[in-house]
Amino acid sequence: MSDAHAVVGQHLHKRFLDKESGRTIHALKEINLEIPVGSITAFVGPDGAGKTTLIRMMAGLLRCEEGSLQVLGLDVAQHPQQIQDRISYMPQRFGLYEDLSVQENLDLYADLHGVPAQAREERYRRLMEMTGLARFTERPAGKLSGGMKQKLGLACTLVRSPQLLLLDEPTVGVDPLSRVELWEIVEQLRRDEQLTVIISTAYLDEAERCSRVYVMHEGEILAQGAPDALSAHAQGRCFMAVSHEKEPARALQSRLLDTTDLVVDAVPQGGHVRFILGEPHYRDEPRLQSILGTADIQAMTPRLEDGFMVLMRQRLQHMGHSHEASLAAATRVSASTGELASGTGEHETMIEVRDLVRRFGDFIAVNSTSFAVARGEIFGLLGPNGAGKTTTFRMLCGLLPASSGFLQVAGVNLRTARADARRRIGYVSQKFSLYGNLSVMENLEFFGGAYGLRGKRLRQRIATVLEQFELEGLERTPSGHLPGGFKQRLAMAVGLLHEPDILFLDEPTSGTDPLARREFWRRITALAETGVTIIITTHFLDEAEYCDRIVIQDAGELKALGTPREVWVQAGHRADSFLNMERAFIDIVNQGRQPSAQAASELAGSEVVHA
Amino acid sequence: MPETYQDGVAPRNLAAFLRRLYALTRKEVRQLLRDKSNLSIGLLLPVILMLIFGYGLSLDVRNAPIAVVLEDASPTAMDAISGLQLSPYFSPLLMRSMHEAEEKMLTREVDAIVRVPPDFASALNAGQGKLQVIVHGAEASRATIILNYATSALAQQGARLQDRSAGAASDGIGQVQVESRLWFNAANTSTWYLVPGLIVLIMTLTGAFLTALVMAREWERGTFEALFVSPVKPVEILLAKIIPYFVVGIIGLAMCLVTARFLFGVPMEGSLPLLLLSSVLYLFVALGIGLLISSVTRNQFMASQVSLLISLLPVFMLSGFMFDLRNVPVMINVIGHLFPATHFMTLIKTLMLAGNIWPIIILEGSILAGYAVLFIGLARLVTRKRLD
Repeated sequence: MSDAHAVVGQHLHKRFLDKESGRTIHALKEINLEIPVGSITAFVGPDGAGKTTLIRMMAGLLRCEEGSLQVLGLDVAQHPQQIQDRISYMPQRFGLYEDLSVQENLDLYADLHGVPAQAREERYRRLMEMTGLARFTERPAGKLSGGMKQKLGLACTLVRSPQLLLLDEPTVGVDPLSRVELWEIVEQLRRDEQLTVIISTAYLDEAERCSRVYVMHEGEILAQGAPDALSAHAQGRCFMAVSHEKEPARALQSRLLDTTDLVVDAVPQGGHVRFILGEPHYRDEPRLQSILGTADIQAMTPRLEDGFMVLMRQRLQHMGHSHEASLAAATRVSASTGELASGTGEHETMIEVRDLVRRFGDFIAVNSTSFAVARGEIFGLLGPNGAGKTTTFRMLCGLLPASSGFLQVAGVNLRTARADARRRIGYVSQKFSLYGNLSVMENLEFFGGAYGLRGKRLRQRIATVLEQFELEGLERTPSGHLPGGFKQRLAMAVGLLHEPDILFLDEPTSGTDPLARREFWRRITALAETGVTIIITTHFLDEAEYCDRIVIQDAGELKALGTPREVWVQAGHRADSFLNMERAFIDIVNQGRQPSAQAASELAGSEVVHA
Repeated sequence: MPETYQDGVAPRNLAAFLRRLYALTRKEVRQLLRDKSNLSIGLLLPVILMLIFGYGLSLDVRNAPIAVVLEDASPTAMDAISGLQLSPYFSPLLMRSMHEAEEKMLTREVDAIVRVPPDFASALNAGQGKLQVIVHGAEASRATIILNYATSALAQQGARLQDRSAGAASDGIGQVQVESRLWFNAANTSTWYLVPGLIVLIMTLTGAFLTALVMAREWERGTFEALFVSPVKPVEILLAKIIPYFVVGIIGLAMCLVTARFLFGVPMEGSLPLLLLSSVLYLFVALGIGLLISSVTRNQFMASQVSLLISLLPVFMLSGFMFDLRNVPVMINVIGHLFPATHFMTLIKTLMLAGNIWPIIILEGSILAGYAVLFIGLARLVTRKRLD
């Protein structure tokens, strides 16, 4: 047994038979890896990269047919049980027993792992302290908020000290605060108990904290190494454009992103635009100069995300996929629906909310909240798990009546004419809520009909959205068989069929990779340019910078409202300093919680009351 | 090397096994107790079924309306039909013409016609007394019962008449000596044979139907994935599922037996320990089927459909609960005997209504034991700690 390595894989392959289509899916291709004992290793990559398959194989949950995989010196194919006795594994969807209490869930795992009674007390105390679950021990696990569930899942995984800890996307759907706490737990354990940690994640800032990163794509390892080494792929090509124009940063970002032959990636950051060039010397390209205009250009130290984007773009070009085409199609949105925006006034108020309150029994989920959203704005709702975002969101779409207050959407009072207002809004829910066994076309026809579209008009609209969302050629595919990104596109296509004035998106980017997120946001910004108002919730705080304005809610209260920079100032930072939305978010939530931290954490655990 | 990890001696392994089994069983019990719908299927439904079947539903024929057409008004003819008038099974309506009776039959006001021909008395004296019995055949089993009852009631009286009339006993006289008697259900109340059948139904319900949901639920909710990556063995998972539902099944059985005995007065001809033993055997079969379905489908909706189709429906249709398997085509009979429920049905009816008839007990008992081993074994085989 090699003492230095916790996991050694050689020439691993994994094939699945897809029962529906009868095709074989090559989920892992020729994987070779060596993971040293005591390290934290991250697997990153887009949907379908094979991260979950690989972790499940390490856990002995999937048969290892080709190649060899050794975990803790044991062959997985031969001794899965011995390995399972020694490792802890947190699946993507940790299956808590929802009808058992927090304590009972913990006890079950402690019993199964044979944690002796005397060791338990100390362990529980520590886990409860780290997760903040101490006050909820009697609560059924099903009644915890999403973030709390995830923390309880981690606590159950950590009832004993394993030799190897496997975490499969442990932070999906978890708010930034809980994410920070989760990472603190993992890092503390690694320090105190020298355990080896393997984690898969969609957050590259998380991968950056690891000692080693594997970048995967479609079953293959594209690159591996320390985060710095991977970041170096973008060395000398990262810049920041500090714009002096009044226009939002995302306008410049869109222009850069559309220049696909020169620019690999561009994101709004800190109120400016961070971009990566295909080659360092493109900087002097006149076309780039004209796009950047008067903006100041500063060279930046590359981050892991930059390196990742460079690797992905190289890979896609190599495979003949055209990311360019996707982005081009994304921008076509503005061309095809552009005429819509032209006639309407720029500063028309689309949503007006005054003293909005929603109670569930004694519990106040949303407390006297007021804001207004103008036409064509991208408006972000942010807050920790259980802050009241979902409740606010549902009231705005007319899915949930308000307890009191004034609520006007698209010029229609939601309390008196809900059906009327609904006709003018589109809604894309977090879960895929279309009919999986109907084809793309059938879904579009059905929902078009449901919105009252008929005949020629319906056919025109379907043709338009099919083109906008690049679903041509997939009309006959059952929508349940579409890959993740396409499902979301179809959901958006359906949401926009009846040309709504407002589009509501509930955590559309949860669990999606950076590549898909770029494409998604390019579509959204293009849509907003056509005059569609966008209301969106997200847990990725870097995405807040795509928004014109955001609100931060916590414990049902509106804590901050304004442009990202205004919120940065409200968080107590200098207006001209480099803004960091994650910092701003954590500061604002903590400021609000200090006087009544107890009540706030109570609320954080009771999301289900209004779910 | 793997050898270095072969730690722990047998007693420690046993202790660990018991500790894990205890933890898992406690979890199952808690879930069972908190899930009101499952618990009521397990405990409330048996009581409701017993009461419905015991009081509401009965296959007996009582006070069946029949038309009696007296075309011969002689005292002998009146005598001949007196058997019908005294019977608890019939309420005869006397009529003069056949025409009238036929109309009543068409409108279903009577279930049968008994016709006494004009020359009945004289023909009887000549030793050739004939009565006509016409039964409405729409409901075949009811018709058969009515026909049997009517024939026997009439035959008894007819025999008596013949004895009384002149002793000129030639061979032709008294030719129809119907002597029917019912065995093993002396009172011929359907409750007596419905209740044992109900026990089969209820055991199937808790055994197969409820357990079919429990494994599938864990697959559906993704709770197995984390559970699998722990020292837990598949056999512990299965045992922990079997134990609580076994107890529920036994409670259901006890409730059935108590109601059967004290509410409906169903006899217990055979030995109670044998009855309990065979019920336990069948419960294992049902649990095995439930777990097998659950592990294969991995989906609660599918599991409940499949278990309805292959365990509950056969109990109703093919086990001899409602329809006697001796009266069905050979193929159906053969198919019926493929289902374990049929064998338990035979066994339990024998034990309750007939007594300790060893050849049947040994045969059916060993068939059940075989099924129990088969299904629990298969359930163990398909329960592997793998996702693919």
